[in-house]
Amino acid sequence: MNGSVFVNFPFIVVAVLLALGFYTIGFKRNLIKVVIGIEILEGAVNMFIVALGYVKGGYAPIYTQAPPEAAGKMVLPTPQALTLTSIVIGVAVTALMLAFAVNIYKHYGTLDVTKIRRLRG
Amino acid sequence: MIEHLPALMIAVPLFGAFTAPLFKKHYKGVSIWAIIITGITVILSLLLAKEVVTGGIMVYVFGADKPTLVLPSGYSVPIRIMFEVDAMSAFMAISATLMSFIGALYSSSHVEGETGLEKYYALLMLLEVGILGMVLTGDLFNLFVFLEIAGIAGSALVGFRNYRGEASEAGIKYLIVSAVASLMVLFAIGILYGQYGNLNLAYIAKNVSFNMVDMIALGLLFTSFAMKCGAVPMHYWVPDAYTEVPTGINPPLLVATYASLYALFRVSFTLFANIVVDLARVGWIMSIIGVLTMFIGVTMALVQKDVKRLMSYHAISQTGYMLLGVGVGLTVLHDPSKLAEFGRDAMAGGVFHIINHIIYKSLLLMTAGALFYVTGTRNLNEMGGLARKMPVTTISFMVGAAAISGLPPFNGFASKLLIYETSYRLNPLLTVFAMVTSVLTLASFVKVFASAFLGPPLEKFESAREVPGPMVIAMIILAALCIIFGLFPNLVLDKLVYPAVDALINFAQYHSWGGLA
Repeated sequence: MNGSVFVNFPFIVVAVLLALGFYTIGFKRNLIKVVIGIEILEGAVNMFIVALGYVKGGYAPIYTQAPPEAAGKMVLPTPQALTLTSIVIGVAVTALMLAFAVNIYKHYGTLDVTKIRRLRG
Repeated sequence: MIEHLPALMIAVPLFGAFTAPLFKKHYKGVSIWAIIITGITVILSLLLAKEVVTGGIMVYVFGADKPTLVLPSGYSVPIRIMFEVDAMSAFMAISATLMSFIGALYSSSHVEGETGLEKYYALLMLLEVGILGMVLTGDLFNLFVFLEIAGIAGSALVGFRNYRGEASEAGIKYLIVSAVASLMVLFAIGILYGQYGNLNLAYIAKNVSFNMVDMIALGLLFTSFAMKCGAVPMHYWVPDAYTEVPTGINPPLLVATYASLYALFRVSFTLFANIVVDLARVGWIMSIIGVLTMFIGVTMALVQKDVKRLMSYHAISQTGYMLLGVGVGLTVLHDPSKLAEFGRDAMAGGVFHIINHIIYKSLLLMTAGALFYVTGTRNLNEMGGLARKMPVTTISFMVGAAAISGLPPFNGFASKLLIYETSYRLNPLLTVFAMVTSVLTLASFVKVFASAFLGPPLEKFESAREVPGPMVIAMIILAALCIIFGLFPNLVLDKLVYPAVDALINFAQYHSWGGLA
């Protein structure tokens, strides 16, 4: 019983982070906080993929350095590669969003999303 | 060289994008460079389409000769990144390259006065890379990467006029929507990977079992792609983005939206096609979303004063027609007699409407851009009497307005008629909504025509003249395409649209690539 909780623990954390991220995007008024909310979402999704790829007692998939007992016990390298790619993309998205936020602050003098409403209708 | 076409489609615009900043001091040079590169991709995409329509699905594997190579241990699953090009992908690739070319041509004079143009053209070509990657790939994770490339490049272009606060506002809206949507796509990809241990579309589609977790994945993918293609109720970012983006980028941005629509079709037809029971329900959801989208889009458009914003709301409403057409086809996908009777034609209508809409909506947005270029305002109440000053723009606008309203000799009629005829067979109510939408569309364009082009000539536009050459050429090309596609719809339908539809319907063919079955 103890084991099953800990096996699912990362996924519970992912669910909590997802909820937190969506809450932040939906209910916070400060634009920087919205950006942080998206970052939390991204962390949740990345963690989900990493947690999927984790195998207890698995070996890193480096064929040339592998000890003999690693045969047949290596984890798939794909989830880590996916996460790395997604982190890199996430940095670009964040940078662009923050650049937009800076520009919006310059033009509107505020970061409150309820006041930044020149485009409407 | 022919077998490397799918890779070249990505490599050529990517090369163009990364070399564009070298022309920092030569604004003329970089625009010509962009026109050359996008022109080459048009030729490549036409070659690709010819190859795919005559020779069947092309599978291109990065880093190996053929897709059937397996791991040394003999574990036979697809392990490499693959491009899988069927007729539907080729169809979208043609739309994307054609519109990028038109966009580059139009931009060469429309944004002349701005600074930082080498970045503008680099982003334009990156946007093209993103779209092409999305429509050609056969790998789920690759789809996510290209979705993000298109999203980042697109939103950077939306915020290109950074001396206007509104541009940044529209840009960050678009970026937030696209970031959340693509993160949810990634989450769904993670779910599917956890179950099937692979990212290849064909492999997952063959093994999909549709348990509870798969349903969540389908829901997430469906919602995120619907969000990215501007379907109601997630349409609010579309008018802002389309209004604020420089007009030269509108055509590629439209195609970027429809690349998400393509991904939506790909997910529902190819990835989850083996589920017999629940697919009809997904089809109904798609049709109903389509009807809602077209109706809400057009009613919002009627009250607009900003000419570009009005046309952007029409872009939302026209997306509804595509969702309706293809949704009707999806509803009857597993019912062979109904599929032959009207499902196939409904999908043909929906798919044909994609390219038709891209053409005439780009044309209309370009005429709006021309009005802005000449008058310096987008407010309809401040314009008037421009018909004599700008004859080409006026005629282009009339052609585009007639096409979007579905008047007979133009291309909108050809695809809308197919949708009306076939959705009537599924449920007459759908057709009623579609026709009412068409009438309202015509009404709002009469309003634009009357207030911008007709009426007494205004004094402040005394010195107004026709827009420069490249813009005129771009508009004439699109207007000519509108008329050609309307007069000879069978040409496009037989050569491109029906192969694309058959590629979606015969999903088993997509699943059985290579020899790994």
